[in-house]
Amino acid sequence: MNAIVTVVGQDRVGIIAAVCILLSKYNVNILDISQTILQGAFTMVMAVDVAKSTASIGELGTALAGLGDEMGLSIRIQREEIFDAMHRI
Amino acid sequence: MLNQKEILSTIEMIDQQHLDIRTITMGISLLSCCDPDPKRACEKIYDKITRYAEKLVQTGEDIERDFGIPIVNKRISVTPMALVAGASETEDYVPFALAMDRAARTCGVNFIGGYSALVQKGMTEADERLIRSIPQALAQTELVCSSVNVGSTKAGINMDAVALMGRIIKETAEATRDQDGLGCAKLVVFCNAVEDNPFMAGAFHGVGEAEKVINVGVSGPGVVHHALQAVKGEPFDVVAETVKKTAFRITRMGQLVAREASQRLDTPFGIVDLSLAPTPAVGDSVARILEEMGLEVCGTHGTTAALALLNDAVKKGGVMASSSVGGLSGAFIPVSEDEGMIAAARAGTLCLDKLEAMTCVCSVGLDMIAVPGDTPAETISAIIADEAAIGMVNCKTTAVRLLPAPGKHVGDTIEMGGLLGSAPVMPVHGESSGAFIARGGRIPAPLHSLKN
Repeated sequence: MNAIVTVVGQDRVGIIAAVCILLSKYNVNILDISQTILQGAFTMVMAVDVAKSTASIGELGTALAGLGDEMGLSIRIQREEIFDAMHRI
Repeated sequence: MLNQKEILSTIEMIDQQHLDIRTITMGISLLSCCDPDPKRACEKIYDKITRYAEKLVQTGEDIERDFGIPIVNKRISVTPMALVAGASETEDYVPFALAMDRAARTCGVNFIGGYSALVQKGMTEADERLIRSIPQALAQTELVCSSVNVGSTKAGINMDAVALMGRIIKETAEATRDQDGLGCAKLVVFCNAVEDNPFMAGAFHGVGEAEKVINVGVSGPGVVHHALQAVKGEPFDVVAETVKKTAFRITRMGQLVAREASQRLDTPFGIVDLSLAPTPAVGDSVARILEEMGLEVCGTHGTTAALALLNDAVKKGGVMASSSVGGLSGAFIPVSEDEGMIAAARAGTLCLDKLEAMTCVCSVGLDMIAVPGDTPAETISAIIADEAAIGMVNCKTTAVRLLPAPGKHVGDTIEMGGLLGSAPVMPVHGESSGAFIARGGRIPAPLHSLKN
């Protein structure tokens, strides 16, 4: 099952590293990363495979939100289907 | 593969434009709970609701977390209680409402609908008992919602029931006087009520429905408003196209959540209700969409046309996005629950007569409108009759949810808090409709009801 991780906020050193370390801790595989600075805000979108994850999406969401709070960023994880539903026929 | 722009646009809709699933409503048939012993019937009602909806709230929260989309309400609708209570040998139906309330609390839902009677053609003894118990039922419970269907295109309008409901609304306001007549916010009078509506206060589980079912109501006025800001000054064809595309996206999300909830709860999927349901939050208003189309204030000339376009485009966009569309599906215009409507009513631009005209082209009716506390019951009945006539002749659902707050006058405001919002008291016509309502009987169904 795939999910999308999005990170938005003020750019700083180590954002990608911190998110990747957290995901690897839960055995979440990263499939794709794209990152830009959008209107001054750091914006990263990751496609990840959570099929072998040791935690549920809900637990991952809590962990990522916690990391986001520490780093002053908004980090979330959502199942991919919601984006497919909204943007693909 | 999804691109970054698409993903971020969805996140922006959720974060900044108030996109959410307004409600997951589980419909439960209570016909199997009929029992001559009222006490036993209430036990059966409590047991059945809590058994079926045990995991409803938890499942809703799980889906919310997995998809990252807020699901604001989890609710239950049940078989119109007059049909269930009618089997019991008792005059007092309030205990049935108390049983519903207890069951709703145990399940953790925020409303339970179905303390209802369908009397469009005539009232049974049970219907009348239930209707007469509504003021006490709503005063003694917190989560129970009540509705009464007084007319339909097929049957006409039951004017005896209309007359009775005027009095019942007044009594309900009086019975909840200490809360500014809050009970009336949980009481709807319908014409052409639908059996699969997931929205409160009018939700009930129709007798033509399955044992249990999952219905989902989507929302998203903020998203539509935002999309229209990008097409300022463009012709209406462009406006309609933009609304359609946005409604499609919103509904697809609703369909996804509905399917997921239905699977996880092992309950058949019923319908997605494609409604634009506003909240009192800034940026989540249907009135502001109408104003975005070029009206200075909602309620001025042109408002009905703007609403007609919006209502139609929402349906056209949504209908392709869901395998089964139902409920009320359209734009809601509840005054107290819509920040833009509240402002327009305060400014005096939006009046009751204009709202009535708007209900000819939107999905429901005169909704969450505060009127002076001393409005006569006959005037309220006459307002119901007008609204029911619009529904009957136009083959659409119409409803009346008026709040005659005791002791309040034009210029005052009723504060209900939360999703119910605040309502400025609006003036009604002072001339009497008493002799009209006193006639009773039935207004016959229109000619176009004879379709067979």
